[in-house]
Amino acid sequence: MALTETPMQAEKARTIFEKSKAGRRAAALPEVEVPKKPLAELIPGNLLRSEAPRLPEIAEPEIVRHYNRLSRRNFDLDSGFYPLGSCTMKHNPRLNERVAALPGHARLHPGQDPRRAQGALELMWLLQESLSEICGLPHVSLQPSAGSHGELAGLLLTRAYHADRGEERTKVLAPDTSHGTNPASVTMAGYEVVKVATNEQGGVEMGDLRARLAENEGEVACLMLTNPNTLGVFDENIAEIASLIHEAGGTLYYDGANLNAVMGHSRPGDMGFDIVHVNLHKSFSQPHGGGGPGAGPIAVSDRIEPYQPKPQVVRRGGSNGHGPSFDLDFDRPKSIGRLRGFQGNFGVFVRSYAYILSLGGDGLAEASETAVLNANYLKARLAEGRAGKRLPIAFDRHCMHEFVLSGKPMKRELGLATLDLAKRLLDFGFHPPTVYFPLLVDEALMVEPTETETKESLDAFAEAVEKILAEAETNPDLAKSAPYTTPVRRLDEVKATRRPVVRQQLD
Amino acid sequence: MTRYTSATPEDRQEMLGAIGVSSVDELFEQIPEPLRLGRPLALPDGISEAEVYERLVGMAERNADAEELVCFVGAGMYDHYVPAIVDAITSRSEFLTPYTPYQPEISQGGLQVMFEFQTAMSELTGLPVSNAGLYEGPSSVASAGYLAMGATKRRRFVVSRGVHPHSRETLATYSVGYGAEVVEVGLESGLTDAAALAEAVNGETAAVILQSPNFLGAVEDVEALGAAAKEHGALLVVACDPITLSVLKPPGECGADIALGEGQPLGNRLDFGGPSFGFFCATEAQIRRMPGRIAGETEDVDGRRGFVLALQTREQHIRREKATNNICTAQALNALGAMVHLAWLGRQGFRELGELLVQRTAFARERLAAVDGIDLLHEAPVAREFAVRLDAPVEKVLDRVAERGIAAGYPLGREYPEFEDGLLVAITERRTKAQIDELAEALGAAVAAERGAFLSDSERKSTVPEGAA
Repeated sequence: MALTETPMQAEKARTIFEKSKAGRRAAALPEVEVPKKPLAELIPGNLLRSEAPRLPEIAEPEIVRHYNRLSRRNFDLDSGFYPLGSCTMKHNPRLNERVAALPGHARLHPGQDPRRAQGALELMWLLQESLSEICGLPHVSLQPSAGSHGELAGLLLTRAYHADRGEERTKVLAPDTSHGTNPASVTMAGYEVVKVATNEQGGVEMGDLRARLAENEGEVACLMLTNPNTLGVFDENIAEIASLIHEAGGTLYYDGANLNAVMGHSRPGDMGFDIVHVNLHKSFSQPHGGGGPGAGPIAVSDRIEPYQPKPQVVRRGGSNGHGPSFDLDFDRPKSIGRLRGFQGNFGVFVRSYAYILSLGGDGLAEASETAVLNANYLKARLAEGRAGKRLPIAFDRHCMHEFVLSGKPMKRELGLATLDLAKRLLDFGFHPPTVYFPLLVDEALMVEPTETETKESLDAFAEAVEKILAEAETNPDLAKSAPYTTPVRRLDEVKATRRPVVRQQLD
Repeated sequence: MTRYTSATPEDRQEMLGAIGVSSVDELFEQIPEPLRLGRPLALPDGISEAEVYERLVGMAERNADAEELVCFVGAGMYDHYVPAIVDAITSRSEFLTPYTPYQPEISQGGLQVMFEFQTAMSELTGLPVSNAGLYEGPSSVASAGYLAMGATKRRRFVVSRGVHPHSRETLATYSVGYGAEVVEVGLESGLTDAAALAEAVNGETAAVILQSPNFLGAVEDVEALGAAAKEHGALLVVACDPITLSVLKPPGECGADIALGEGQPLGNRLDFGGPSFGFFCATEAQIRRMPGRIAGETEDVDGRRGFVLALQTREQHIRREKATNNICTAQALNALGAMVHLAWLGRQGFRELGELLVQRTAFARERLAAVDGIDLLHEAPVAREFAVRLDAPVEKVLDRVAERGIAAGYPLGREYPEFEDGLLVAITERRTKAQIDELAEALGAAVAAERGAFLSDSERKSTVPEGAA
């Protein structure tokens, strides 16, 4: 690889603050219109700011250029394949953006009287009903702002459920391979994490689960799981797990990160889960936005329902010739309370509801089928040739919507770490899979293609992996120093943490 | 409907062949039979794009949005004008569709935006460290409480009743989980009762939590109130409206350890309450306890300037149960909207906007106070929102005013039983003098009508501005 700088690399990164020049501006504001008074007459001088914050001074054309140029320094789903495991990078329909931007949605104040927000509340109610059917659980709260927020909600619900029965339980079980948010949420909810071992199929190790339950008898509040599990395999013991947890008096929590595998095929509620969070930014097509926004509604069973967050969107039956109406119910004496301001990330609800309307029940089931087909096909392609040898599948059987490869032989035989392969993939125009997760697989690569990718994209990805492994046989350094073509090359992340520079210094 | 998938029947056959199965159903056989749904989902079948659009237009039309009713409702979210370039930039695929920047080499755009955003928020709040964004305002208050517990090893929060009720409720919800006690301090003439606050803070207090302007719109003397926190070694947490930081003394200059708030007023639409973002700034001493993503500056192997996610060892994907917080979103797209809005306003425009709000708010307050049946709820200084008392049932007055095309404000009785007659009125740069005049007239007329007072035709004519009817 020739080390000539690309034009983008040659362009030095400059922040908008560094492009500022005193006296320039973009905004034209309305006239004040009302009789002006000296500011200090309206607000005491000691409460006023002495100097305006040093925001950039720059005219509109240059603001547009600045952010357009910055945007080109991002890789995005609309530009290429993004097989990031556990993240469900499926297509983001632009129709959803259009309907979310309708003034009746975008300019609706959250404090508006529910009688004057009937369309919005009905949409929320319909989304609740749809998610309830998809999850197989009767009650839905849309309030949590993200998956992690849904987890915290689920644990607080669990606490309230036990407290209401006069019990105080202190421990939450989670697989040692769970998403990092699970144990972090457990701590925030005031519980202690007890790790449960994972079997070689990525499922719960049943012997260990029994042992942990026996050891902590009467103490276990909850078990948090994903299913399909982190190896992309459906845990066939799930019914037994559920009955063990329920016998022990705990709740069973479903991390919905992997729901895209089973929509219309299997439902967490039918598996025995009490509480489920759904990532609307994964299975239900809300764009990820480079790190948010999303939403993490929760669906719960009857026994958890009394503790659901408030307010809750409800439908009041129509009578006397009037149709049904929709309202916010605050009168929930056992509720855990609010998790955030107002009613939740409504803009996300609009997009996800539009997505559900577009696909319908049949389309959702077909989306999951195609996601599973794509994952298994890509797995099969990667089992061929060099990849099959150097990057074996962590657990060799049919997967659901994603699968995990181990880069251990690649590292041992070619000296290439999973990180090197990931960085080299950038030069081929692919976003790499999730790396080093789950923790139980050495040098893990977690691949989730989603249903919206073509066979051609999957083939091209498999070919790129093959090519990288081939070149590494003769020149392993090529991957070890990759990437070469990206706007910047490998970055010093240690420095950024040891001596953090987290804002621009201005003079 | 399969319009977002591409697999043709031939593709499927080839793919199934490569996998070595005869049907997709075989792949689902790993789900134990009793757990398979075995029936279609009880949801309507998919419909065409045009039909989805029409359906949602129909639903949106049943909402009284700010284009239908002139919006004087605030209470934490405001009907500001979002400049067109915000939409143009945030709708670019390159910002809209990536995931969190875990691969920094191909995420420099998003990471640099985070770095710029952090710089801007640090400037606004007068605190040196900012994260890249949290979910939204009220849950950011709860996150500040969690940080304060870790920093002080104490479990007691003293919170002003002037803090947004949703923030206080959210803090209370979270506190049940992490085992903290929440003590509330009341208001006196619209402002936090300073004596009661000083009395409530003790050596067990992890944080004193204030909001300025507070929920009633009153600008608090944060510095004076914060002395109690300093005296007892508690952290001073200040929730603030970012727009008002254009004119108000920044929390960092008032002794705040943490300044945070709801970011919606910056470049984000109302969206019936979300998505927006929360901002969260702190002193250097708290940098390793911060919640959420933080972008940091670094270099690549060739010495080029670049940006990465810094201090990731605080975070859940590394630290798991020892993480400083469970959050893993930065509301990056919403924070981008804020950054573009702030750049568009610029240093001068931001200041001018703040002054415009203060002037129009003062005018509106005076104008309403002069109306028969409307009194000020407090006389404390205000910046962009103020509270009045109506001499008639608030909800009924609001209904009457809505018929004239105005959403007059937020009824305080929803969360403050002591202010059952209270109405919170918010001003933005979109609320013109003519609209304020009409609000005053409409509120006066509605209060009068509700009181059953007879308003003669001649009086009516003298108070209705020309063309307002």
